[in-house]
Amino acid sequence: MTEMSGADMVVQALVDLGVDTVFGYPGGAVLPIYDALFKHPTIKHILVRHEQAATHAAEGYARSTGKPGVVLVTSGPGATNAVTGITDALLDSIPMVVLTGQVPTTLIGTDAFQECDTVGITRHCTKHNYLVMDPDRLGPILHEAFYIATHGRPGPVVIDIPKNVQVATGTYSIPNRIDHKSYRPQVDPDADAITAAIAMIAASERPIFYTGGGVINAGPDASAALRQLVALTGAPVTSTLMGLGAFPADDDKWLGMLGMHGTYEANMAMNRADLIIAVGARFDDRVTGRLDAFSPNSKKIHIDIDRSSINKIVPVDLAVVGDAGRALDAIIAGWQDAGHKARDLGEWWRRIDGWRATRCLDFPEKKEDAAEIMPQRAVKALFDATRGMDPIITTEVGQHQMWAAQHFHFDSPNRWLTSGGLGTMGYGFPAAVGAQIAHPDRLVICIAGEASLQMNIQEMGTVAQYRLPVKIFILNNQWMGMVRQWQELTYESRYSNSYSDSLPDFVKLADAYGWTGLRIDTLGELADGIQTMLGTPGPVIVDCRVAQLANCFPMIPSGAAHTDMILQPNDIVGTMDDEAKALV
Amino acid sequence: MKIHTEAGERHVLAVTVDNEAGILAKITGLFSARGYNIESLTVADISADHALSRITIVTSGPPAVIDQIIAQLDRLVPVHSVTDLADGGAHVEREIALVKVAGSGDKRIEALRMADVFRAKVVDTTLSSFIFEITGTSDKVDRFIALMRECGLVEVGRTGVVAIARGSEAV
Repeated sequence: MTEMSGADMVVQALVDLGVDTVFGYPGGAVLPIYDALFKHPTIKHILVRHEQAATHAAEGYARSTGKPGVVLVTSGPGATNAVTGITDALLDSIPMVVLTGQVPTTLIGTDAFQECDTVGITRHCTKHNYLVMDPDRLGPILHEAFYIATHGRPGPVVIDIPKNVQVATGTYSIPNRIDHKSYRPQVDPDADAITAAIAMIAASERPIFYTGGGVINAGPDASAALRQLVALTGAPVTSTLMGLGAFPADDDKWLGMLGMHGTYEANMAMNRADLIIAVGARFDDRVTGRLDAFSPNSKKIHIDIDRSSINKIVPVDLAVVGDAGRALDAIIAGWQDAGHKARDLGEWWRRIDGWRATRCLDFPEKKEDAAEIMPQRAVKALFDATRGMDPIITTEVGQHQMWAAQHFHFDSPNRWLTSGGLGTMGYGFPAAVGAQIAHPDRLVICIAGEASLQMNIQEMGTVAQYRLPVKIFILNNQWMGMVRQWQELTYESRYSNSYSDSLPDFVKLADAYGWTGLRIDTLGELADGIQTMLGTPGPVIVDCRVAQLANCFPMIPSGAAHTDMILQPNDIVGTMDDEAKALV
Repeated sequence: MKIHTEAGERHVLAVTVDNEAGILAKITGLFSARGYNIESLTVADISADHALSRITIVTSGPPAVIDQIIAQLDRLVPVHSVTDLADGGAHVEREIALVKVAGSGDKRIEALRMADVFRAKVVDTTLSSFIFEITGTSDKVDRFIALMRECGLVEVGRTGVVAIARGSEAV
């Protein structure tokens, strides 16, 4: 064991842990680590333009690869700027390790320059965090942090490293095997619970799979297992926003996304089912709608790696704690061993087909070339134009995100990167940067709103610096559309501060950063504009002007049940009471 | 619009944790962030090598909330175990209070007489005051303090509850 500096140990640990990319921004308290990274042969450092973007880029990297994202920022404002992305990763269960510089141990607590209580501030928005006071602890802590970030329910881990700990020398050691003294998540499901689950599925006449981000986090094999189990049982599948891609959207068992902006058939099937099999999903309020009317006559099986997700919001009949992939594999094996055959679900499917006949995602539009573009049409055109290209799609947050979820379809996991739990405007563009870094040769498109994009638009510089061929497709309706939609529904169209005033000329902005910019104004220009974007090497920003006042339907209004969906704008009646207004 | 709250029942949780910086903030922060009640919380190092602490938390909530509290505590990385002492059968609870009473004459005599009834010890005295040490369940301590209010109570310090399950098994 040779003596080395703390900063060298940090870099050595990253190498030993297989890290190839770090997203970050330097500053006084991390200069020793930056010096250790200088011209590093295997670790590529991506210099962002704002620390929040480093965290979202790391999320995009993680979500598109399944590997943990790594962030390096300085103390004080570096750490506080990272907090939004850290919280986003916590809510969406994204594996991430954030290294923050800290003032020297001798100055901690003195309100030193660029000091903040990073472990205090991040205590409740991380899965775990550390303040390292001794360089000898750096090796074990980094290895443990990666273990915690990636095992059990994934999440962000912060390691705060005072500057003198980076400079001091010590002995680098790595644990032979992480056998954590207290953190031992249950990954293998209980055999009795699996047997009970199989019996419930076999006995069900109206089953539905309700799947979430946990299936994606469990790896591609879990998505494959889901497909196999659906084929074996013949049951329909719906998914949360975070779970899109785990099940192929062109399969006839696919009902589309459920929840507030989910499909009529998915929500009605959830409401009328006699068995819900929840896999890696957490009964979020955006999914359940009014709780006392949520799937009232069903038995519920909940498969989740986090015990605290089970019975948190909706009481279930059977809890299966474990990794989604392993649980699905165990159910498949048990199902086959018992010789179960798929039941005749013909009556159930006839009812589902009845709900499908409402064609809830249809939208009114004019067809002539000079017509304004409906935002749904723009997403559909983008989907049609990129079929076969296996694109990675990221989104910001708002109406465009929901339209993308409804109209862009995925056949495989890890292609859909969006901020679900925290709903972070400003996520999508830096996430696209992270995904493009991880997949230099893939097509990466950020479907953005003009308002969200501006929250991290400074990353155009990062894209230019690393010559990333990221495409940004803005559905520009000149409104914070989802805010305006709620103001129409709840506040009698008093549009308080929801207009996107003083927008930049996005084409000129593209030019300023050395990107290609183009604008699409009418339906007649849409297909060609998309082709131009796809055919242009390097980064492209597309300012696609869409119908300003289009709203996102179907919609379960705040405080309503799955069966009370608004399918079209003219379904809106009356005003909302205070109970409904108080729900987010 | 009125905000509704649900009635709860009292539970005593024994939580074994790594004795590391910030652990108490992590646990109390979890309670405040998720809106759970803390009626009392005690913490002290319990292992020979100072590696482990035991936290005793008295909380209240509907059964589903108590289950959530246990699950949320259990998933914290430095938490080794969480035990709901009400679940495992009978348990013993104790709390210590130091109760300062000032006065003279009949009230002073009455205070001393009641302290004897409650088996409270006198741990300090002056010509015009006593400090009593009383050990017992929270109910007993509450009742003693209520009586002392009539006898010149001036100050109270309480430890909060520590509890342990009856029988030979450890949690």
